Amino acid sequence: MNMIVCVKQVIDPEAPPSSFRVDEAGKKVVPPAGVPPVISPFDENAVEAALRIKDVQGGKITVISMGVNLLREVVKKPLSMGADELVLLEDEAFAGGDSWSNARALALAIKKIGVYDLIFCGRQAADWDEGQVGSGIAEMLGLPGVTLARKIDVSDGKARVEQVTADGYEVVEVSLPALITVSNELGEARYPTIKGIMAAKKIEPIVWKPADIGLEPEQAGAAGRKIILQKLYQPVHEGKCEIIEGESPEEAGAKLALKLREAKLL
Amino acid sequence: MAEYSGVMVHAEAEEGKLAAIATELLGCGRRLADDLGEELSAVIVGSGVSNLAAEAFASGADKVYLVDDALLQDYQTDTHVPAVEKVVRQAMPRILLLGQTSIGRDLAPRLAFRLETTATMDCIELDIDPGSKRLRRTKPVYGGNARAVFTSELDPQIATVRTKAMTPLAPDTSRKGEVVNVAAGLDSSKVRTRVLEKVKQEVEGISLEAANVVISGGRGMGGAEGFKQLEELAKMLKGAMGASRPPCDNGWVPDVLQVGLTGKIVAPDLYIAVALSGSSQHMAGCSGCKNIVAINKDPEANIFREARFGVVGDWKKVLPAFSAKVKELLAG
Repeated sequence: MNMIVCVKQVIDPEAPPSSFRVDEAGKKVVPPAGVPPVISPFDENAVEAALRIKDVQGGKITVISMGVNLLREVVKKPLSMGADELVLLEDEAFAGGDSWSNARALALAIKKIGVYDLIFCGRQAADWDEGQVGSGIAEMLGLPGVTLARKIDVSDGKARVEQVTADGYEVVEVSLPALITVSNELGEARYPTIKGIMAAKKIEPIVWKPADIGLEPEQAGAAGRKIILQKLYQPVHEGKCEIIEGESPEEAGAKLALKLREAKLL
Repeated sequence: MAEYSGVMVHAEAEEGKLAAIATELLGCGRRLADDLGEELSAVIVGSGVSNLAAEAFASGADKVYLVDDALLQDYQTDTHVPAVEKVVRQAMPRILLLGQTSIGRDLAPRLAFRLETTATMDCIELDIDPGSKRLRRTKPVYGGNARAVFTSELDPQIATVRTKAMTPLAPDTSRKGEVVNVAAGLDSSKVRTRVLEKVKQEVEGISLEAANVVISGGRGMGGAEGFKQLEELAKMLKGAMGASRPPCDNGWVPDVLQVGLTGKIVAPDLYIAVALSGSSQHMAGCSGCKNIVAINKDPEANIFREARFGVVGDWKKVLPAFSAKVKELLAG
């Protein structure tokens, strides 16, 4: 089983909301000081999905990450969890892309890798929350896909995927090769082991530039965008919380109920 | 060559009726179409869906494209994307709106890439730029910490819209329109997926989306046990219980109770958040609620920036006293 997982390095979405800053003129987010970037959480779920298949039936997992200033200790995390190979699309030209230019570059990199049965992506990245790149890659490679997976079983050249729906899930069978986007309902990603971290240290990432994957400069990153970002801003918080106090937590609790009655909310 | 014109809504059906999101999209689509001075159409794709056209007209559509085919019974990428693609190529709408539902999340990006245009997902505001006449798409990004406004020069302009973000029109059953039947023309040998089973994870009582009161617990609940107290309180208030992501991920409560960016979007009159920090990702699911009440021991928790009333304290002490007082007030 040859598997490819696409992961994105993002600003840590768990960073306190109060540390979040937007540079409105530059239309970009200012990374919070002292908070290192992380692999986008749903992409970690995607790595976990591939590892669970490898646990059962073996196989090879190649991880692809794209961007600039990719911190090795961040993008190597999937290796320390148990993935086998890391391909980095690392170049200034890849920066500032949208769903189109990102999907195109990743699809070309996957074509260059050539051998795959399953491709995994997180359901959406923690920065732009679009959830389009997985479907875009599948379209460009002409592959079937299942989005929002919570469980995947592979046998006889097919994957049985539990796909999250609003009120439960559907079991969908898809022929391979296929692209699957993974949701958090799959369960938490495993922690790297000491052995895994040692093994990851010895793996040198393969670095590809746009020319290595046959990507024209005008189609890479910001140059290849089809959507125009007009404005980026932080919504205003009204922030007028009335704190109900009491001699004891119990008294405060009771007073809260009275307050809600007074406000006609009970 | 024909030009792109008008607004089209992809209207999902649910249990033999238009889904709530479909009427919300038609309400929004009507406003955009009127701004442009153009037509509003709906595309309804499924099996046995012809009777839904009347409902679409009543909700604001001028024209309904129906693609009714047994192969379209279940949503599958390989059947529904070509069906909608065919209608879009025929009707050439300037704008296409879909719901940010499990179907819309799958359909919109596939369709956008196939038509070589752009989609913007999970929009909460849509309007027409007065100068360029292009669709301005506002969506929360960075888990709700920021908002982005996008436009695109490419047609059709595709956007998915968050549930409960738009207001439906009051139904007007006297409205009529034109029905256009479009043959699906599907080749079943090209369908690479098969739906084997549909599993509903039933939750007792009132559904989260419909409830007027929602009581949600967060990571600080510490385990499944504490949620029993929330459930009792929800019952007492004739509301529903929800949760942020950690309790779902930890298996304390079923996944279908998750409120947030990637879970349910709720807009009750009263939202009580217990031991829940109020991450932006969670607040995305309840920001439509004007009356958020927080019980949290951390005075710095983000939830207090969003709440109207709050108690700083350990929920294990605050909640039983709160619930007892509520019970007394409701009885008296």
